Amino acid sequence: MKAAVVIFPGSNCDHDALHACDKVMGWTTLPVWHESTSLSGADLVILPGGFSYGDYLRCGAIAGRSPVMEAVKKHAGNGGLTLGICNGFQILIEAGLLPGALLRNSCMEFRCRHIYLRTETTDSPFTRSMQQREVIKVPIAHGDGNYFATENQLAELNEQDRIPFRYCNEAGEITADANPNGALENIAGVLSEGRNVLGMMPHPERASESVLGSADGKKLFDSLAVAYADVGW
Amino acid sequence: MRVDIVAGSANRWDNSRMQFACEIIISPRSDILDPEGDAIGRSLARLNFSGASEVRVGKYMTLQVEADSAEQARERVGEMCKALLVNPITEDYEVSVNQL
Repeated sequence: MKAAVVIFPGSNCDHDALHACDKVMGWTTLPVWHESTSLSGADLVILPGGFSYGDYLRCGAIAGRSPVMEAVKKHAGNGGLTLGICNGFQILIEAGLLPGALLRNSCMEFRCRHIYLRTETTDSPFTRSMQQREVIKVPIAHGDGNYFATENQLAELNEQDRIPFRYCNEAGEITADANPNGALENIAGVLSEGRNVLGMMPHPERASESVLGSADGKKLFDSLAVAYADVGW
Repeated sequence: MRVDIVAGSANRWDNSRMQFACEIIISPRSDILDPEGDAIGRSLARLNFSGASEVRVGKYMTLQVEADSAEQARERVGEMCKALLVNPITEDYEVSVNQL
């Protein structure tokens, strides 16, 4: 597996993603500057967290239209594995690769804490090594993670089983109290129609080793490794 | 979208391209929760402005556009809104154009 981590001006979780791919997973890993028009043949492209372009205009709006995104769109369009974490999720939405919008947290706070996610589908390269309804503990750190979609978009996401993670409590119950940002239906991440693009607000890369307080996030990277070995995404 | 075209005072018979001052008001759509507006509304209530309600917070942008006509300037700004400036899922916008 060859992984590329795209770096935008203002990305600040790029090294977390590089570390998880390189040191934890042992993949060939390379950073890609946002002005690049090539992804150097990467199998997996990660758009990391941060505050690209200082969140100017709308979070991810300017990064979503930067030169590298043409290559990311081509990669994703060809079925290439694409993962957007936090600001990377916002960028994927702004680039039109995922539906919906990410609004200001309903509580108006920047929330930085560990939360629980319930795995809603194992039918994706990102979750195939997990168990259905498995609860994982991963951190969030965002001020604009309140997922919103139109009624039609939401219906389509549900019908097509494209919501792999919802915020839940430790027992795996989807409750309002477990929702850290006001996201519609506790949605923490969504898949593309082709299921090869995932955007999520929580940070699996920051929970990929037990020394970080949780290694649950590594299951997502393990899933990618299995998916890659299995079908050569 | 509401568009106001206001004629300016410059020489309108000049055939060279003209400059237009454009204003864009971007507001959260009415079906979108606006927690910032709500927080401001609650603060106003605490200051005893009890009659104030439905506070919504948006953005105001100005830019100058070169075009052959006000209509063309408005059209170009509309394209900019669709390409970058506005998220149609969550925001509405109004454009006004004023010849310089």
